[in-house]
Amino acid sequence: MAARTMFEKIWDAHVVHEEPGQPSLIYIDLHLVHEVTSPQAFDGLRMAGRQVRRPDLTVATADHNTPTWELTRPVEDQISKAQLDALDRNAAEFGLPMYYDRFSENQGIVHVIGPDLGYTLPGKTVVCGDSHTSTHGALGCFAVGIGTSEVEHVLATQTLRQFKPRTMEVRVDGELPSGVSAKDIILGIIGHMGVNGGTGHVIEYTGEAIRGLSMDGRMTVCNMSIEGGARAGMIAPDDTTFEYVRTRPYAPKGAELEAKIEEWRSLPTDPGATYDRTIVINAADLAPFVTWGTKPDMVAQITDRVPDPASFETTAEREAAERALEYMGLEPNQRIEDIKIDRVFLGACTNARIDDLRAAANVIRGRQVSSDVYAMVVPGSARVKAEAEAEGLDQVFKDAGFDWRVAGCSMCLGMNPDILDPGQRCASTSNRNFEGRQGKGGRTHLVSPEMAAAAAIAGHFTDVRNF
Amino acid sequence: MEPFVKLEGVVAPLDAVNVDTDMIIPAVYLKSIERTGFGQFLFDRYRYNEDRSENPDFLLNQDAYRSARILVSGPNFGCGSSREHAPWALEDYGIRCIIAPSFADIFFNNCFKNGVLPLILPEDDVRRIMDKAKDNPGFQLTVDLEGKQVRDSDEEIVVDFEVDEFRRYCLLNGLDDIGLTLQHEDAIAAFESR
Repeated sequence: MAARTMFEKIWDAHVVHEEPGQPSLIYIDLHLVHEVTSPQAFDGLRMAGRQVRRPDLTVATADHNTPTWELTRPVEDQISKAQLDALDRNAAEFGLPMYYDRFSENQGIVHVIGPDLGYTLPGKTVVCGDSHTSTHGALGCFAVGIGTSEVEHVLATQTLRQFKPRTMEVRVDGELPSGVSAKDIILGIIGHMGVNGGTGHVIEYTGEAIRGLSMDGRMTVCNMSIEGGARAGMIAPDDTTFEYVRTRPYAPKGAELEAKIEEWRSLPTDPGATYDRTIVINAADLAPFVTWGTKPDMVAQITDRVPDPASFETTAEREAAERALEYMGLEPNQRIEDIKIDRVFLGACTNARIDDLRAAANVIRGRQVSSDVYAMVVPGSARVKAEAEAEGLDQVFKDAGFDWRVAGCSMCLGMNPDILDPGQRCASTSNRNFEGRQGKGGRTHLVSPEMAAAAAIAGHFTDVRNF
Repeated sequence: MEPFVKLEGVVAPLDAVNVDTDMIIPAVYLKSIERTGFGQFLFDRYRYNEDRSENPDFLLNQDAYRSARILVSGPNFGCGSSREHAPWALEDYGIRCIIAPSFADIFFNNCFKNGVLPLILPEDDVRRIMDKAKDNPGFQLTVDLEGKQVRDSDEEIVVDFEVDEFRRYCLLNGLDDIGLTLQHEDAIAAFESR
């Protein structure tokens, strides 16, 4: 057989039906469901008298609307509550055994719990009505975000109609410099290729710097693939992946797992297989990044300055930069380190895993949050929260003056009580700095957990390498 | 789904690059469990002032563009979230065609599921349509999906276009994907028993 990429191997193994000129029918191994993009899909099933075809391959949780205050305090927004109640009802009516509501010990951000509980595994096809489904590709699977009509389609048929995407290799050569994190890798990549650089493609991240990342770091990289426009991101499974899977509660165990691991060893891209495009980045060129604008490709190194819109080549770029600076309340050529912040948000499906919390805790241990800053930590899942508490990380954060919250999407997207006030400026470990993303008029700067922690202490952005 | 065969309507020129789904409809309005009623929140952050009165500077609040059925915009339209509420809001408002040089993948796909045509045209043609719509408020275009052509009444702008044949067929006939897929139920069952 001809040499194939990892994506092609997974795709080929899941084709149910193909006809020339039509999208392929692809079997879906894991469907993750949350409360925001599913109610209309369940309604569609009801109206057509259809069932969920494979409840055993469907995992549901509540994350976007859930407040991050204590669980004893009820959901106060009645419209949010109605949406959460709808998922309760739909999970019961359609018989979803793996539904984790707000109070479950397995609850959390859908892209945190999938891998953490052992549902996301190498070689699988994974979908979710959420663009950050790309996260799961870190385990060596093909994971795509879909819309609500497609959610309904997968619920009814366990398949997805897809035109085969093109492939793109993003290789990060060399060892990652000290003080530079997975978040900086992906911000650097997006800054390099732009917010539509990956459109129509599935990215496979390769190279020494990627291989050296923990699973949590790999998930951070794959998470933001969509911010570069890509359909999906993926990383070949290796011993790091297998060791991670070994300790997951719902992953296969014993002889079954060992047999699976042998199978998974054949997933990586064959020598000689070709990608439609390749981008190469040198890890040595990466540094801690901070976004200065309102799209994730508007990034600068911490030691740089806010760019002058006049320095951009095209009129469209100049106008976009001018508009971004106006919205962000920044001046051309202002030093990034001189930007003062009001809020710090450590959380979201990009950076709310245990490694992220440990990295931030290491920066703040024994220090105090600036009196001008309100800082919060929102673990990605109830399990991550419990793990962090068992290690005493909650105390490190609380001692430093951080607010320690209950798991959820929180201030990533402004649809639960955690939002910025107009004009407030936030150092955020989330993935989108769009206008109004964290609340109307809010100003978002995307950074790594380490950089967010350092900014919380300093009250402005600062180079964590000097901490 | 309502079939899309030929659309005649006012063109609103939204001259911006990377119009994202949070701009189209902010997350705070995604809490409804219905599929309709999102049109009132289309471009919410720009369309309304703090007190919910209309912002007169926003395109769709200007009388000439209020009844727009076609939106013309810059590259990478619809980037960001997978929320189908974005095409739902556009469709509910009355906009059934977006013309741009490129679209983000998930948004592009979601449009076809809702009888909305995301039409990719070369950058020069998009610019000509944008400029004409700006210079002549109320300017109308005909988007003929059957004949695969965009044209204005004085035939100053006549552009032939291509749309993937399968997607075109589904739009022209208002076809529901699930019904089509279930014709292959045997193949799905066979796959599952492998």
